[in-house]
Amino acid sequence: MSNRILAFVESKDGKFKNSAFEVVSEAKKISGELGCEFEVLTIGSGIDAEAENLGSYGASKVLVVDLNDLNSKSKFPGTQYSHSAFAKVVAETASQKGANIILISGTGLGKEIAPRVAIKTDSAFCQDCVALHIDGGNIIATKPVYAGKSMIDMKFNGDKILITLRPNVFKPVKSGDAKAAIEKVDVGSLNLTDKDFSSAVKEVVVSSEKLDVAEADIIVSGGRGLRGPENFHLVETLAGVLGAATGASRAVVDAGWRGHGEQVGQTGKTVSPSLYIAVGISGAIQHLAGMSSSKTIVAINKDKDAPIFQIADYGMVGDAFEIVPALTDEFKKVLGS
Amino acid sequence: MKIIVGVSLVPDSTTKVKIGADKKSIDEAGVSYILNPYDEFAVEEALQLKEKNGGEVIAISYGTDKAKEAIKKAFQMGAEKGVLIKSATADFDTYTAAKNLADYIKGQSPDLVLFGKTSIDFDGLSVPAMVAEMIEYPCINVVVKLDINGNEITAEREIEGGKEIVVSNLPAVIGTQKGINNPRYPNLKSIMASKSKPVEEVTPTYNGNKYEVTEMKLPPAKSAGKIFTNGAADVPELVKLLREEAKVI
Ligand SMILES: Cc1cc2nc3c(=O)[nH]c(=O)nc-3n(C[C@H](O)[C@H](O)[C@H](O)COP(=O)(O)OP(=O)(O)OC[C@H]3O[C@@H](n4cnc5c(N)ncnc54)[C@H](O)[C@@H]3O)c2cc1C
Repeated sequence: MSNRILAFVESKDGKFKNSAFEVVSEAKKISGELGCEFEVLTIGSGIDAEAENLGSYGASKVLVVDLNDLNSKSKFPGTQYSHSAFAKVVAETASQKGANIILISGTGLGKEIAPRVAIKTDSAFCQDCVALHIDGGNIIATKPVYAGKSMIDMKFNGDKILITLRPNVFKPVKSGDAKAAIEKVDVGSLNLTDKDFSSAVKEVVVSSEKLDVAEADIIVSGGRGLRGPENFHLVETLAGVLGAATGASRAVVDAGWRGHGEQVGQTGKTVSPSLYIAVGISGAIQHLAGMSSSKTIVAINKDKDAPIFQIADYGMVGDAFEIVPALTDEFKKVLGS
Repeated sequence: MKIIVGVSLVPDSTTKVKIGADKKSIDEAGVSYILNPYDEFAVEEALQLKEKNGGEVIAISYGTDKAKEAIKKAFQMGAEKGVLIKSATADFDTYTAAKNLADYIKGQSPDLVLFGKTSIDFDGLSVPAMVAEMIEYPCINVVVKLDINGNEITAEREIEGGKEIVVSNLPAVIGTQKGINNPRYPNLKSIMASKSKPVEEVTPTYNGNKYEVTEMKLPPAKSAGKIFTNGAADVPELVKLLREEAKVI
């Protein structure tokens, strides 16, 4: 059969997340290699002008579902959005458009709706893919397993495939300044029923105004080497200068020094920033599981044998209480801030 | 309340992964197995709900004979029944596991199904939602707080930079995340009691696979990093390299 790709991209408050550009770029690339069409789907309000700009990443058409229209079908008063309804929208659109390959960004939302879409569309499914390639006309997806300690290549049976792409791994590629055509999707055409709103998000609580590790391009993380919560200002000040998010090891989260939202690792968040600075973190395997795919890793640790140095691109053997303030000053100097 | 908890057996997270001879799976020699850490939160949540509302907790697993270890761990914590949907091979995919679990769960009509949010081996973060779709229950995953009032559910779900307050109704599928509770340690009495609890074996309903692993590889080796040992004196050089060599600043 001939292929057709649908890329579902996420928007929030009228803006696309970076992951949206990554997914559109990858859809463009794969569609080129498979010689097939691709379309983009998004759900949002007041998103049309932004959606047109996806054209510069190669999208020729963006299907837009109005979030308020969609929510008006919810049985739960005060619905902001519903994962189950989003899943229905993606599955129904794919089937109406005859798309057999669905790409979704592996954000919290994407990972939540994708398994449901896989069942609704009877697709073979790969969650959290970090590389895609075509081999003899077949899509092969690479996915980390065993906490990143190994990778598997997956080949799919059948021609219906759904893949979520790990954020920050695929490159957004601008291909010009063309505007994408916008096609408004009539919510009435999506065959929604009560069952499609089986759960609903009523409120989103932002834990702080701070940048989240899962979305940051630079992360400064602190561990038990900082000795106590009162010393985390060192990490925060450095992060402030770099416009970075602050992260933490589990040891300090369990000790109550930092909130769980900052925890990086197997039982925390998986991150792939371009720069990860680990301060006073030993580099236990469970911590590495969450950050080893960072592009550049800097480790600051007074123990020269700490395992973190094995994966660090740059290591500073020494006392964090001396090095971090010096680093902060140096960055201030070179960044002129 | 009839509560089913899905449990799975996974390699201990400190396991050093060696690729097996088939180049498609890990070499199991010397690997020690544990109950998936996220499933411990699910078992604990089920036990607390039972203690509050009455009812029973049934631990189920899809896997080979070995998966009984996971069920036994749930027995030790206090689950009363255990069911193994027994796969002849360990070579199954996420869909196959979800399908078999769903087919069994459907016949049981539980009020609540609990899973850990993901299993730490394949980390698919998908079994709870897949099962929920198949049995047509609502699903809330990555849950750090769960309130059930009559048949109304209010849950807090962890997301990037915060949490979502999600509402739904019973019956439902919930996936648990660290923070929801502190799993209990089995005491001697529950360990002794668990020994006499039989694990019921059930025949799988589905044996296909939706994907196949063509190759398992170790992640690309990193070349040795540049290590500085003069403390703060090396800071200017480090910053220079981050700007000019790594180009990340
Ligand atoms: C199932 C399971 C899941 C887990 N999940 C996670 C997870 O998600 N994330 C996670 O991080 N951990 C996780 N862990 C815990 C992990 O095994 C480690 O215990 C934890 O990462 C250690 O944190 P740490 O590096 O901050 O502390 P430590 O291991 O105590 O290391 C502190 C480091 O600081 C250095 N140090 C001390 N003083 C200074 C100084 N003045 N200057 C510079 N360096 C200094 C020391 O040399 C040492 O290397 C998990 C464990 C298990 C069993």
